[in-house]
Amino acid sequence: MKPILNEIRQRRRTVVDAAVVFLIVLLMVQMWLLTATLESYLAGHREAALPGLLLSLALTFACFGLYRFVERVYRVPDDLPRRPQNR
Amino acid sequence: MQKRASRTNPLWTEEFSIHASEDKFVLRRQFSKFLVLTSFGMLAGNAWIWVKSLVAKTKTAFPEMVVGKSSELQPGGVKLFSYPGPNDPCIMVRLASGKTVAYSQKCTHLSCAVYYSQTANRLECPCHEGFFSIEDGRVLQGPPPRPLPRIDIVQRGDDLIAMLVSTGEESQA
Repeated sequence: MKPILNEIRQRRRTVVDAAVVFLIVLLMVQMWLLTATLESYLAGHREAALPGLLLSLALTFACFGLYRFVERVYRVPDDLPRRPQNR
Repeated sequence: MQKRASRTNPLWTEEFSIHASEDKFVLRRQFSKFLVLTSFGMLAGNAWIWVKSLVAKTKTAFPEMVVGKSSELQPGGVKLFSYPGPNDPCIMVRLASGKTVAYSQKCTHLSCAVYYSQTANRLECPCHEGFFSIEDGRVLQGPPPRPLPRIDIVQRGDDLIAMLVSTGEESQA
């Protein structure tokens, strides 16, 4: 039973790590987007503000979805594997 | 039995509210929460830019303001003034051709005050050696990302009147 638990924990950790890395990538894109939008605005291109906002909103939703995913993965208990009959 | 008790009582009532098997996830969860909050902060930044762009669109024309006398400025002469507000320093230069040009004095890189170099016939920022063309304010060299905002100057009699501030890219278009 213990090796199975360890494997489940290891898989869970890998999934959460991947989600956090993806979150960081999305955040870096959003940081670039904010600076690019600000730069465009200061250069007088005011029409870039709305697309920047919409894209930023989409990225925030994606980040929030990933966070919810991390929370959900975390909430699955260690001692209750979903499909133990496969092992 | 112990497990059953822990399921009926809230987690925070236990002496150790974090299970040993789960403690390695706590930091990841908190870190991802922090990342999401940062993402919301940047969304707020983008929203602020959008609101500013809406407010700027509704603004009317800049006020007309007498900023100097034509007779005071010799070719190569420089006059500093503030336009449109008292905290908007500008620099006005009479070119050798007799034309008068004026720009915001704030460098578009980090807002250092630019000055007119008569020998090189250009506006120079002393902080990071950003150079601007005196003819149209475009960037000649250095880190500034944008041309200097330009102030339109109109001569009425002996008066030099500032009428409008346009960003460098607008004025070049």
